[in-house]
Amino acid sequence: MGTFIQLVVDGLATGSIYAALALAIVLVNQATGLINFAQGGMAVLSAYIAYVFVQLGLPLILAILISIVFSFLFGALVERFLIRRFERGDPDTAVVVTIGLLTLVTGISAVLWGYNNLGFPSLFPLTSVEILGAVVSVRSLATAVTIVVIMVVLQLLFLRTKLGLALRAVADNPASAAFSGLPVGRLLMVGWGLAATLGAIAGVLVAPQLTLTPGMLDTALVYALAAVILGGLTSPIGCVVAASAIGVLENLVAVYIPLIGHDLKIAVPFALIFVILIVRPQGLFGRKVVVRV
Amino acid sequence: MTLLELTDVTASYGPVQVLDGVSLSVPDGGSVGILGANGAGKTTTLRAISGSVRTGGQIRFDGRDIRGRRPDQVAALGIAHVPEGRGTLGQLSVRENLMVGAYLRKDRKAIAGDLDYCLDLFPQLQDRVVSRAAALSGGEQQMLAVGRAFMAKPKLLLLDEASLGLAPSTAKAVYQAIRRLRLESGIAMLVVEQNANLAFSLVDTATVLETGRNVLTGTSAELKGMDAIRRAYLGG
Repeated sequence: MGTFIQLVVDGLATGSIYAALALAIVLVNQATGLINFAQGGMAVLSAYIAYVFVQLGLPLILAILISIVFSFLFGALVERFLIRRFERGDPDTAVVVTIGLLTLVTGISAVLWGYNNLGFPSLFPLTSVEILGAVVSVRSLATAVTIVVIMVVLQLLFLRTKLGLALRAVADNPASAAFSGLPVGRLLMVGWGLAATLGAIAGVLVAPQLTLTPGMLDTALVYALAAVILGGLTSPIGCVVAASAIGVLENLVAVYIPLIGHDLKIAVPFALIFVILIVRPQGLFGRKVVVRV
Repeated sequence: MTLLELTDVTASYGPVQVLDGVSLSVPDGGSVGILGANGAGKTTTLRAISGSVRTGGQIRFDGRDIRGRRPDQVAALGIAHVPEGRGTLGQLSVRENLMVGAYLRKDRKAIAGDLDYCLDLFPQLQDRVVSRAAALSGGEQQMLAVGRAFMAKPKLLLLDEASLGLAPSTAKAVYQAIRRLRLESGIAMLVVEQNANLAFSLVDTATVLETGRNVLTGTSAELKGMDAIRRAYLGG
């Protein structure tokens, strides 16, 4: 029983990292209708920025704040000067552009900081507590709690604020939204900036555990995409629940189903993607898009 | 006083010239129709005003030259465009669509009052305030589009083919509501409409477009039954 609880809590902790990336993907999708495959790469770059300021001797929390500001601006600029050119056209083209951006950002990180694993300090203490007979690290718990708080804030932002309403209106129909006076371009920049900020938070939360490398979040991105599909592209809560479920599931499967084990556990999210796309394409919590002409 | 004045406005989509010198004016609180066959440039004239297409010539609104401004800047000056095809925000609820209309306003109390007024104007929307716009019928979507434009409290409403794709009785109901809106709010209107009877029920004067230029302008009474009107609509 102790092992089981341990596996579940560890799964929730890794799941919350997938959740943070998934939230960023959902945010960009809600605000611009695109899937940003570069979300992971940009998050790693953000973590490197924080790393640089830690190396300069700044307190960790300050370095993270600087990285967050940088990420917001970087996300907004990427939208303004790169994605903007492709928004009006074929969405498939824009997706290929974001994949190109992923390669580019990862490459830039590699050129600047190399491929060696760099140690990154943890925001939370490395002590652990005992819950129901399982030893749980404070870091895992705090990470999970942070992500849940962000999820709630995001849900409130989208459903309860004027900015959230405007972001959704622009994603739905930018040309029509402009007729109501919404500054479409600026709102798109804000959407991308907020998503990059979320990515930065995910990056600095996971860096102590995975150690900093340019491809640190590549695997996490796959899990995040699975969570987005599982939870539904329109639902922040849905994708957090899905990400946690995936995190827990991959842990349990690796230990309890010897056939799969640790080597094949990455197949779990892919299998889920297939099943969900066939059975319930809008995701578990998403809404079907109904269009009447 | 003149609210909107177009002088020799031209517009083209790529190499295709669609407007070839359109002139018209809308007085404060007035209602003007744009008539003409398919492809005459009616919709493009509205798009030129709201800044959705590159234009030449002069467009003056409320004493300012507004040519070349972006759609959101034009909207901020007090022009609400109800585009052809309604432009409702499908994934947002009816209520949210109306609130998007009021995006630029700060007067919270008045916004709540106007929301109630919208639902009184279009009672069909009352039971559907939390439904997503995409789930509404065509007529309800058109009502929502007009309601959203009203929520901006504009000085001028650009109305493009509000009867398009609607059953005759529904189209009539929509126009009845718009007439009431005009009477009670005093918002000036520039109306593109294929159905001549509906158009004349709403406008005081109208101008007839043919291949991107005005060929005739007059009051509703003068234009009704004229040969030019029949030609403009039947393209003959």
